[in-house]
Amino acid sequence: MSKAAELANLIGNINAGGGGVNRNLVINGAMNVAQRSTSVTGLGANGTNYSTVDRFYTYANGTAGRFTMTQDSSAPDGFANSLKLDCTTADTSIAAAEQLVLAQVIEGQNLQRIKKGTANALPVAVSFYVKGNASATYMCALVDNDNNRMSTKQFSVTTDWTRITINVPADTTGALDDDNAGSFNLNFYLHAGSNLTGGTYTESTWGASTDANRAVGISSFFDSTDRTFFITGVQLEVGQNPTEFEHKTFGQDLIECQRYYTQETAASGSPYKRYGFGGWNTSTAGEIFIPLSTPMRDSPPTLVSKAAANYQAYSANATDALTAIAINAESNNGTNNRIVGLTFSTSGGGVAGEAVQVTATNDTASYLALDAEL
Amino acid sequence: MAIENAKYIKGDISGENMAINCVWDGQHLSVPIAVGNRHYDEIKKQVDEGKLTIADAD
Repeated sequence: MSKAAELANLIGNINAGGGGVNRNLVINGAMNVAQRSTSVTGLGANGTNYSTVDRFYTYANGTAGRFTMTQDSSAPDGFANSLKLDCTTADTSIAAAEQLVLAQVIEGQNLQRIKKGTANALPVAVSFYVKGNASATYMCALVDNDNNRMSTKQFSVTTDWTRITINVPADTTGALDDDNAGSFNLNFYLHAGSNLTGGTYTESTWGASTDANRAVGISSFFDSTDRTFFITGVQLEVGQNPTEFEHKTFGQDLIECQRYYTQETAASGSPYKRYGFGGWNTSTAGEIFIPLSTPMRDSPPTLVSKAAANYQAYSANATDALTAIAINAESNNGTNNRIVGLTFSTSGGGVAGEAVQVTATNDTASYLALDAEL
Repeated sequence: MAIENAKYIKGDISGENMAINCVWDGQHLSVPIAVGNRHYDEIKKQVDEGKLTIADAD
């Protein structure tokens, strides 16, 4: 895009109520943050799966196809990372209900600037970079979960990085809830059966979110184990014209991601990593607290861990293996909490009232995470 | 997703069920009993469909 065109787009978007700093409504669009893992194999079983790059999940249903998801270093100029899907098991016999979607959900309270469902509703622009192992056609759908509406647009993938730009018109029907629930889904349909392909393709027009119209005319990501799909630079902004991707520092991306998921991970130099501190309530039970640098979207979050025996209570220079660990949902109700409590049990060794830490047990692969994803 | 070994956890102060511990696709989760939490909503769905039983708390 020429500088003149970029400037014209930016001015156009500012005039339409968008533009400027923090214009990108997608979090971690440059795929820089991957707290959970940088590569996970064998994905494709039924259900929602947040596995590598933060905030982006895959949803699979009914397919025998399997894939590896990776934070990959292949990226267009100006980017360091992309999200890569690599088909490892093909599925060429596609049943009606099958689907594979890559998606991000966006909170309604972050979308109020669009003024959707009002007479002053604004258009939005979606943009992203994609490439694959060969030519393919997939579908990008912006889905309004609050009002069961969507706007779809097919896009083409080639073997070179290509920037896709999509203009989504203003929608005066269906206001978005002003809360911390998911109001928009930005969906990329990569594989689908006739339940999602058997309808009518309508390009960039808001209408009812009819299943049969979601993925009309797309290729199948699972048609061959040669198949790959790379994506980065995902942006959703107010305005009629996509502008250049809004890059953020790693720290900014990480903070935004930690509203939804935060993970402490041991490393080679920290096999006894400390996860939190608190006190014993009895000789076999206690509670620790984990201060949060970023209040999470919802509280209490889900605790994600290894089995309890992989952690220990450490107090008065003695250790006791945990027999159970749980989120304390009594003390964290509400939102914007800056501390999360965990309860734990041991077989003994505690002294009521004595301070205690919970640590890893000489385990460089140890981790403890809190999940408030949508 | 595969959810196994689901068990209620009681709060120390209230003495009432506050969370559900389970193994979810091989990961150990402690899920607060809160509608809107995506893990709790899936557990409740599987319980309602008769696919999952939650053991009583100790």
